[in-house]
This record gives sequence, structure tokens and C-alpha cells, in this order.
Amino acid sequence: MDWSLIIENSIKGFIGINAVYFAIAAIGLNVQFGFTGLLNFGQAGFMACGAYGLGMTAHYFGISMWWGIPIGIAFSVVLGFLMGIPTLRLRADYLAIVTIASAEIIRLVVRSVKFKTYFGGSDGINGFSDSFRNIGDDIGIVQANQYGFWPLRFTGREIWTLVVGWVVVAVVAYFVYLLMKSPWGRVLKAIREDEDAVRSLGKSVFSYKMQSLILGGAIGTMSGMIFALDRGSVQPDNYSRDVTFYILTALVLGGVAKVSGSIVGPMIFWGIFTFMDNFLRQVAKDPVHLGNFTIMKSTQVGQLNYMLIGLTLILLMVYRPQGVFGNRKEMAFDGH
Amino acid sequence: MVTENSLSEATVVARAALSGVERAPGAAKPDAILNASGVRREFGGIVAVDVEHVEIQRGSITALIGPNGAGKTTLFNLLTGFDKANTGSWAFNGKSMEHVAPHKTASLGMVRTFQLTKSLTKLSVIENMRLGATDQKGEKWWNGLFGRIWKAQEASITERAEELLNRFKIGHMRDEYAGALSGGQRKLLEMARALMTNPTLVMLDEPMAGVNPALKQNLNEHIRGLRDQGMTVLFVEHDMDMVHDVSDWVIVMAEGRIIAEGTPDDISKNPAVIDAYLGTRQGQSLLEDE
Ligand SMILES: Nc1ncnc2c1ncn2[C@@H]1O[C@H](COP(=O)(O)OP(=O)(O)OP(=O)(O)O)[C@@H](O)[C@H]1O
Ligand SMILES: [Mg+2]
Repeated sequence: MDWSLIIENSIKGFIGINAVYFAIAAIGLNVQFGFTGLLNFGQAGFMACGAYGLGMTAHYFGISMWWGIPIGIAFSVVLGFLMGIPTLRLRADYLAIVTIASAEIIRLVVRSVKFKTYFGGSDGINGFSDSFRNIGDDIGIVQANQYGFWPLRFTGREIWTLVVGWVVVAVVAYFVYLLMKSPWGRVLKAIREDEDAVRSLGKSVFSYKMQSLILGGAIGTMSGMIFALDRGSVQPDNYSRDVTFYILTALVLGGVAKVSGSIVGPMIFWGIFTFMDNFLRQVAKDPVHLGNFTIMKSTQVGQLNYMLIGLTLILLMVYRPQGVFGNRKEMAFDGH
Repeated sequence: MVTENSLSEATVVARAALSGVERAPGAAKPDAILNASGVRREFGGIVAVDVEHVEIQRGSITALIGPNGAGKTTLFNLLTGFDKANTGSWAFNGKSMEHVAPHKTASLGMVRTFQLTKSLTKLSVIENMRLGATDQKGEKWWNGLFGRIWKAQEASITERAEELLNRFKIGHMRDEYAGALSGGQRKLLEMARALMTNPTLVMLDEPMAGVNPALKQNLNEHIRGLRDQGMTVLFVEHDMDMVHDVSDWVIVMAEGRIIAEGTPDDISKNPAVIDAYLGTRQGQSLLEDE
């Protein structure tokens, strides 16, 4: 068993790019779900807005990649309105249904043959991120070089994306933190608990929910951008339902309605996930037998890992429903 | 019981204004802040509200009484936009309100509380109160980011909130979660929070339910205080002593309709009211003074 590899990879999982893009998406989802109580099950759709916003600059519009940032944000604002206008006046479950469906529609449209000229079909879009990569080289973080020492070793390419990614996490987190400390955040938290009480005090619940949905969505869009920049490509199937649910899992793990929870949750999620994956792969190098019954082959590691993630979540909900950072006292007043 | 010589000036004015009003359902008032006509709401086969006409006198305390299921809460819901009427029209300060959303109703100065309290249990008591303040700069997200834009306003809101909390005797609970309050304290909090909106018409749905008797007296003082500050109060209450004690005018509902109107003294002698409560004319006055 190669423990040094397991440890190195686990640390990379903990602070790596997966944790980064999950954290950004989770911060956005936390605005909607954690603070406002909106069931957005389509965060992947917002992420796709960002990724395709960047990708389409080169692939379709033929303009500088940097235009992709405002374009992606604009996409997500439009998507937020499309999701919100018909549903935010209705019961919470309707938003859930519409968001999950919208995200799937987006994925199916962007991977369709018919719209290949715009979105590149199932091949996605590649080769648009040079202007981002070059900055890394320019400031002296050479893409191909190795930096650091065990257990922290990264290529220059990885470091550059990680630095940018964590800066985005920090900025977005601080932004949301300030908002949630403000009277605006107070209205959201009140809506989460009792919409009618908020209405009776003269605030337009619909408008605040819309703002929350769009703001959280726009943050999710940034997550999609970071992910696309890291891969240097945009693939439709990276924005499927599973992604939304893993992000939600990571958020609940960290603790909803806490900005810190939405950062630490994804880190723990990917830390544990990567550890388990590496550990189980080492264990299952040779098929594991009990008597003459094969318990696990290396090809089954993935499935087992997802099962264990599910189990962890169940245990967490039973023994620590407020997550790692959640507020136990707040939980105590659930359902009065 | 309030004696004649302890009546405040506002009480005297309000009662004088109402003295000439006809003692009959739907009576016209000299200066109505709210008037409604033909308001009807059915739930399936049940006619919950069927009000032909009603007016609420500005600057007075009006009690809305009636047996359980009379339609008092439903009428509140309709007037404040929380429920949709089948038919009817009503106006607040001369402005037609049938199609006004509930939050607009509140920001126009017509604020209501709920029979089943809606304290926001996961916010602290003081945050509940601050939420009530209107026109907060920091409630726009682009301002929320910059504390210096809203901190000063927040401080003055907090000051006003603390004053109200103290007045309602829950100042010591300031930093507790509202979920930690007792049922009666929640009623008080909700009433205080509604006042944070600086309303002109306060509609209270059973504000005293679950509040201890000593504090009830105190609340009556507050309600009179609101009127003395120029507000109009419409409240639902089952405790007849309280109604008698505090209100200038009483409106009685039964089975969705308004069956009687008058001063507390008139109402306590009205056979139709006794009938509605007891379902028989043999009953003795419910509202007799002890
Ligand atoms: N949402 C609803 N669905 C069906 N029926 C309703 C609904 N709300 C009220 N009702 C019915 O309308 C009638 C009036 O109810 P309402 O709550 O207005 O009475 P109330 O005068 O406030 O009574 P209480 O003094 O007990 O609070 C009752 O018969 C009630 O069953
Ligand atoms: Mg009622």
C-alpha cells in the first residue's frame, strides 16, 4: 500500500480545483437554499451558463475570451428570471421541479447536434483558455514546471488555476458574508422562515427571492467558469444533475446558512472522496476475496465510493444535522 | 374600567365623533379610514365572509368580535391582501385596495398581526424588530455591501426597537432567539414588530390571546396609547372585559355577516349579539359588568 501517494492525493483533493469550483457553487447555492430556503436543484444549469459563456466567445462569437465573463453572467441572469418568474410565487416544490428540469434542458440543448454551431454538441468546446493560461506563464508560474515538495506538489498549470480559484472563493465568500450581515440578508433569512410574516411587514417576498436566486445563480456561474478554465474545455455532461446534488451534499456537510460551511464542506467532501478513492484502489489492486467469493474488484471502487458518500451523508443527517459549521441553537427552533 | 375623568383627549374626541353614528350594521362613519362593500369569501360551500358594508372610523379603537368561525380572521386576510375575495371592493384612505398585494398594503400603512403568531424563531428578538422597519437602505443588496451606507439608520432603528421592546416588557429578551419566547411573549413581539412599520391602521388578530391578565391591562394601555399617537386600531378579541375596557366602537360578526355595531355599552345590551353567541334569546347578557 502506497501511503505517500494516498496522502498526497488526498491533500490535493482537499484543496484542489474540485474543492474550489464546488465551494464557489456551494456559496451560491447557500444564498438560495441556506439563507432564503429556495430549493434550487439546477445549480449545474447556472454553472453551464458560465462555462458556455466562456466557450462560446471563441467557438461562436469569435471574440476575446474575457468577454465570456459578462456574457456568462448575463446568461445566468436570464436563466434566473426564466426559472423564477413562473415559480417564485408558488410553493417551494415548484421551484425545485423547474430548476432541475431547466438544468437538464440546458444540458440537452447544448449537447444536441442541431445547435452544434453554437455549443459544439457532445464534443463540447475546446481550446479557448489560452489567454488565461498565458497570464500564468507571464507572471512566472510556468505551466509545465513542477513546484513544491511532498506532500504538496503541483504543476505550474495547476497552481495558477488554484491561485485564481481560491482568490475567487475568498472574494465571493466575503461578498456573501457582508450581504448576509446586512439588512438585505436579514430579509432573506426571514423569508426562509415565514414568507407571510415578511409580507405583513411590507417587503416584496417575490422580489427578494428573485434577487437571491439570481445572485446565487451568478455565483454558480463563476464556478462553471473556473471549472472550464481549469479543464480548458467545456463538456455538456459535466453539468448534469449529479453535480448539483454533490454540491448540495457538500454544502450540507459543511453546514447550511454559514458562509464558512459552504467552503469547508466542499473541501471535506473532496478530501474524503479522494482519500477513499485512492485507498480503495490500493486495496483492490488484486480482487478482494472472502473465502472464494469476490467482494470487490478494482472496477467497483467508484460505485463503492459513492455508496460510502451516501452513507456518510445519512450518518451526518442523523448525528449532526447542522453540519460541521452549522448552528445547533438555530436548528433547535425548527418547526417551532 | 376606565372612568370618565381619566379618559385621554383622543378617547374623548373619538367617542364624540362616534356618538352620532347610527347603531346598525354598516353604519356610515364621519371620517372612515377604511370602508368595504360587498365583500364575500366562500370556502367550498361555506360562506366565511359576507359583509355588505362596513366602515372604520379614523383615530378610533374598533373591536371586531364574534363567535368562533364568524369570519373575523378571514375578513382580516381579505382586507390585507393575504386572501382573495370572491367579490367586493374596499378602500383604505380613499385608495382602492382589492388588487393590492399584501406587502404593498403594509407599506401603505395598513399593518396586521396574525392570530397564529408568526415570530421568526431563528432570528433574535431584536432582529425580528429591526425587520419591521420600512425604507431601510441596507435592504437593497447593493447598499447592503457597504456598512457605512446603512449603519447609522440601523442604529436609530435599533434604538426605536429597544424602546418598543421595553414598553412591551420583553426588553430583557432582546438577544434571545424569538423561538425561546413563550406564546404570550411572541404575541407581544409580533405586535411590537408590526408597530415598527409606523402604521396608520393597526389590525390586531387576538393580540391578547395567551397573555397573562396583568399584562393584558398593560396591553390595553398600549393600544390606547397607539390611538393617542394618532393611529387607528382594529382588533379582534374574545375577552369582553377587554373589549369594554379599551374600544370606542364594536363591530359584531356572526356567520360571515356583520350583525351589530355600536358602543361597547350598546353591544352588551343588544339581543342579536347575545343570540349570536348563545344561539338562544334566553341567555343572559354576556357582557354584563361584574
Ligand atoms: N383556508 C380555509 N379553508 C376552508 N375554510 C376556511 C379557511 N379559512 C377559514 N375557513 C372557514 O371560514 C370560517 C371563518 O373562519 P375564520 O377563521 O375567519 O373565523 P374567526 O372568526 O377568525 O374565528 P376564531 O374566533 O375562532 O378565530 C370558518 O367556518 C372556517 O372553517
Ligand atoms: Mg380568527
